[in-house]
Amino acid sequence: MSFLPYAVVVWLFVVGLYGIVTSHNFVHLTVCLTVVQSSTYVLLLAVGYRDDATAPVFTALSTAHKAVDPVVHALTFIDVIVEAVVAALLLAIAVQVHKRFGTLDPDECHPMRG
Amino acid sequence: MSSRTRVVVFGVAASGFAALLLWGFVGLPDFGHYRGPYGLILNKTVVSARHVTNVPTAVNFDYRAIDTLGEEFILLSGAVGLALTLRSRREREERPPETPDRGLEHTSEALRIAGLALVGPLLVLGFYILAHGHLSPGGGFQGGVILASALLLACLAGEFATLRRGRPWLVMEAAGGLGAAGYAFLGLAGLLGASAYFADLVPLGPMGKITSGGTIPIANAPVALEVTAAFLIVWSELLDQALLVRRRR
Repeated sequence: MSFLPYAVVVWLFVVGLYGIVTSHNFVHLTVCLTVVQSSTYVLLLAVGYRDDATAPVFTALSTAHKAVDPVVHALTFIDVIVEAVVAALLLAIAVQVHKRFGTLDPDECHPMRG
Repeated sequence: MSSRTRVVVFGVAASGFAALLLWGFVGLPDFGHYRGPYGLILNKTVVSARHVTNVPTAVNFDYRAIDTLGEEFILLSGAVGLALTLRSRREREERPPETPDRGLEHTSEALRIAGLALVGPLLVLGFYILAHGHLSPGGGFQGGVILASALLLACLAGEFATLRRGRPWLVMEAAGGLGAAGYAFLGLAGLLGASAYFADLVPLGPMGKITSGGTIPIANAPVALEVTAAFLIVWSELLDQALLVRRRR
């Protein structure tokens, strides 16, 4: 059991990459990229987890209470924002690709067309 | 490359990559056995040192405040990049403004009423989350996204065309820049007024109250402004594209 979260990380990363490689739609491709990125959340949170610990919010708890690592939470949080921005930018590019080529399939877009 | 060869090539590369990744993870501490030291030290000291009960917020806005500055600029540049990507072609395609926005009249009454009714509560929730980031989960980023969602709901309720006439881009861009600059200058104030970038300038205040935390809750305000503006720019640019497409039909 103790290795399962790390195995999930590897699975999410590779399955997301598979989606990107075989994608036939730029919107689908963007979603696949977010799957790859979500593996980093799982990794960060898994690294900082402690058995039987609570979230590092001490509003109603004393600091003697066992809590998980707050640094990885802060990093994950930054990660989420970056993912949102990257996805938005890629979707904007997808909109422009559709305008230019009339399709969202990467295989149908030939940028060298004269 | 045919799609079959592509999958085969990917399969070979990915299985090697996955094996290396798994091999690398074997050396990590077992799940649930975090060894520290930083997280453990922070959990012990932050509450008394910063009078903040939500430790990740203290990490983001105090110990790693300069990284948050970088992250804020990532968000801003992402929004600007999206606007540039979509606007470069919009000007050429845009029809004269007297063209009526067809399709917007199709927004159903139920959607309009529900959307507009939710705007107020969402604004209140957004400000609450924004103001309590140092006490409970939340803060400038989360509050900003909720505030932006409230305004997006107003757009979805059919008011986008109305909002669009008021040249909202000018306001949103100004707000985004102001938020990013405000956060950067707040850090500079710490550098000039105290000892270091983002050093505390104001008293830490009573523990567990909304006035606690020194600079941390103050730093959340410009961040919220910037996040709200950035997300609104992103959504309104994409909505605008949808309108363009609809109008062309």
